[in-house]
Amino acid sequence: MSTLAVSEERKNYINAEYGIRSWLFTTDHKRIAMLYVLSITLFFFMGGFYALLIRLELLTPQGDLMQADTYNKVFTMHGQIMVFFFLIPSIPAVLGNFLIPIMIGAKDLAFPRINLISWYIYIAAGLLYLHAMMTGGVDTGWTFYTPFSTAFSNTRVVEAGLAIFISGFSSILTGLNFVVTVHRMRAPGMTWSRLPLFVWSHYATSIIMLLGTPVIAITLVLVVLERSLNLGIFDPNRGGDPLLFQHLFWFYSHPAVYIMILPSMGVVSEIVPCFSRKRVFGYNFVAMASIAIAVIGFLVWAHHMFVAGISLYAALAFSFLSYLVAVPSAIKVFNWTATMYKGSVSFSTPMLYALGFIGLFTIGGLTGLFLAALGLDVHVTDTYFVIAHFHYVMVGGAVLGYLGGIHFWWPKISGRMYPESWGRLAAIIVFIGFNLTFFPQFILGYLGMPRRYWQYPPEYQVLNVLSTAGATILAVGYLMPMAYLFWSLRYGKPAEDNPWQATGLEWRTTSPPPTFNFDVDPVVTWEAYEYEKMPLPDEVTLER
Amino acid sequence: MFDNFPLWPAGASTQAFWVDLFYIALVVLSVVTTLAIFVVIAIFGMKYRRRHGREAQPIEGSLILEIAWSVIPMGIFLLIFAGGAVIFFNMRTPPQGASEVYVVAKQWMWKLEHVEGQREINELHVPVGRDIKLIMTSQDVIHSFYVPAFRVKQDVLPGRYTTMWFRATRPGTYHLFCAEYCGTMHSGMIGDVVVMEPAQYQSWMSGGPVTGSLAQNGQTLFQQLGCSTCHRSDVQGRGPNLTGVFGKPVQLEDGLTVTADENYVRESILNPTAKVVSGFKPIMPVFQGQVSEEQLTALVAYVKSLNPAPAGAAGTPELKPAGVAPQNPKE
Repeated sequence: MSTLAVSEERKNYINAEYGIRSWLFTTDHKRIAMLYVLSITLFFFMGGFYALLIRLELLTPQGDLMQADTYNKVFTMHGQIMVFFFLIPSIPAVLGNFLIPIMIGAKDLAFPRINLISWYIYIAAGLLYLHAMMTGGVDTGWTFYTPFSTAFSNTRVVEAGLAIFISGFSSILTGLNFVVTVHRMRAPGMTWSRLPLFVWSHYATSIIMLLGTPVIAITLVLVVLERSLNLGIFDPNRGGDPLLFQHLFWFYSHPAVYIMILPSMGVVSEIVPCFSRKRVFGYNFVAMASIAIAVIGFLVWAHHMFVAGISLYAALAFSFLSYLVAVPSAIKVFNWTATMYKGSVSFSTPMLYALGFIGLFTIGGLTGLFLAALGLDVHVTDTYFVIAHFHYVMVGGAVLGYLGGIHFWWPKISGRMYPESWGRLAAIIVFIGFNLTFFPQFILGYLGMPRRYWQYPPEYQVLNVLSTAGATILAVGYLMPMAYLFWSLRYGKPAEDNPWQATGLEWRTTSPPPTFNFDVDPVVTWEAYEYEKMPLPDEVTLER
Repeated sequence: MFDNFPLWPAGASTQAFWVDLFYIALVVLSVVTTLAIFVVIAIFGMKYRRRHGREAQPIEGSLILEIAWSVIPMGIFLLIFAGGAVIFFNMRTPPQGASEVYVVAKQWMWKLEHVEGQREINELHVPVGRDIKLIMTSQDVIHSFYVPAFRVKQDVLPGRYTTMWFRATRPGTYHLFCAEYCGTMHSGMIGDVVVMEPAQYQSWMSGGPVTGSLAQNGQTLFQQLGCSTCHRSDVQGRGPNLTGVFGKPVQLEDGLTVTADENYVRESILNPTAKVVSGFKPIMPVFQGQVSEEQLTALVAYVKSLNPAPAGAAGTPELKPAGVAPQNPKE
């Protein structure tokens, strides 16, 4: 089997066809995933470049590197690019697209052409956003708060808003495709209780995409209409209410946090059992926790608004519900940890990322408890404490999960092994750089430094310098995988079909898989994560 | 520690103590939890490291453990919820008789006015030990009044009043920040809260040029704008008599009842037909766009002053001999 996989003549999804047209007009979910990986990587480094500009400006208390208006645009576009053009599509559109059909034993997603359309919509939205960026940019903050965005900002709000509105359709169509695929395309024997947890978490994510995204779409349209036609929906001088915007915005944008973190949780749920050689601890609880997060996640939005002017009793209700949604996240962390118990643990690169995820997500989650506590939120909301918290969740969580997943499935995706020792080194550098960047921001936040400040009182400088130093290290940690993964495409050791001896269906086809994923239609007779039946992976494969 | 490397913010209000205490408790809880998880992962990682000749043991899970690590965190979460709620409840309930300061925020400036008539820009002077209630509104976008040393923050919205309160406990000069992004010079919309000993504060109060208390200015305006022709206090006019109305429930024409708070008075000036008092006709002209935010606060303060003052409330300041410069302990 493995000799077949390495042989040159073997047809797979990459060499099935040649030429740029064969990629741009493909309906193969794996090729579309590759289109996404290229485009989101581009946006990631664009957003990362803005992040670096922010950190450079904050090296000194004075606003000296750029103008105040420029700085405001830089943090706005950092946020909007990272959230709407990197994090939200990241794992679902790349790994989910590539893996969900294979994991459930299907030939493709339910709607292959809609899948391609959603990439084109994403690209159209991205180009429109780039145009807005290059013709003046936006300075509203990624949150578009009214009435600043509707009546005061002199930047390209309408264009940026429309771009994000359009990108939402890409998200909705991807979610729709996943839901239908999981319901209708499972191979014989692939029951719901045998679904890999990666699929469960994507199913939960898709529900949020389907139900939440239309709300942000409507909200952005209202902002655009108010700005261009002077509607008065958010204008208090004409009976409108600026708080209405915040309710609508967070009704989507809080669940959107779960769009970013749930897929990562799915990745971790695949990696930890594989590198512990054990079934995942409490499969049902981990699976149901994803659904619980998706459902309760819709009921907590106003915890972003405790000091915004909502009533005392509304605040009490939303604080309570926010603690409720923390429980399923805690359940997941405990189950992953317990999965290692009496296992046979190896610290390969994907496992390092998964453990990094657990650590950073724990800190991100625990500091979420601080923010959900009403009396404490008053002090730390809108400060760097919030910035640190959500970067622990969205970078420490979502990005580490993404990197872990990319490494874990790289042999399957590319047919090549990445260099293991470089992988481990990069994972450790990312972990250290990340903590140095964002941990000082917790202290800054409790000291009272507000977010979105272009200049700041001098006593905050040392912590800001530490943060910038960390960001530099983090940048190195991000560039390294870029370099060695590209290198491995040509020089990497050819991958076996199942280099990790993992249990998923994706490992029972060739690396890379053929266009329709399986040479023989699979029939599933086993549960997910039956690692006791798998041999140990060949260590030679692991250590290059 | 170094001057530019503080690790803990100054605490200078009654709330600061409780917020800090709560924060420390949560930090301890978080450190313990994080360490526990890290240590367990490290132990599992070392003890069950892959070795030749030892196999993983298949374990499906444990219902007891699942219940334990759902119920116990939930219990802890409820305690945190309750603690945060109690502190918040206190923050959102200004004590009776607090001294009032009106705040008008605009891009990128804080304008403050004491009921006694002192006006300040980007500076707020308050005495130690007195409850201060801020009644705030914005002329343009959303801002947020944030004093880290007091651990209090409240967004300031256009078109309505939001309130916050604090009682300073330590003299000093503390940062005042705008915490809600408001455009170009958001980071320049900062100022100082100067907390003074009561005696110093008294001399500061009598130092500046004052053209009368806020309520007196409001009264002048009330006459200038012609409000007094209908809202009479001697006989029943075409509008309701406003004496003693503030803070009381008001019966509306449509049968509903509202409390005559700052927001109701504000709305009734700007858009009088929105909630008409029972028994009166909707004949009052609309003042939206006719009066500035500062004039509005003066009018609101005047309507309030028509109530018998509750004990402890700040009235008109006794005039002290002029020439005592306001003390500023800033340096």
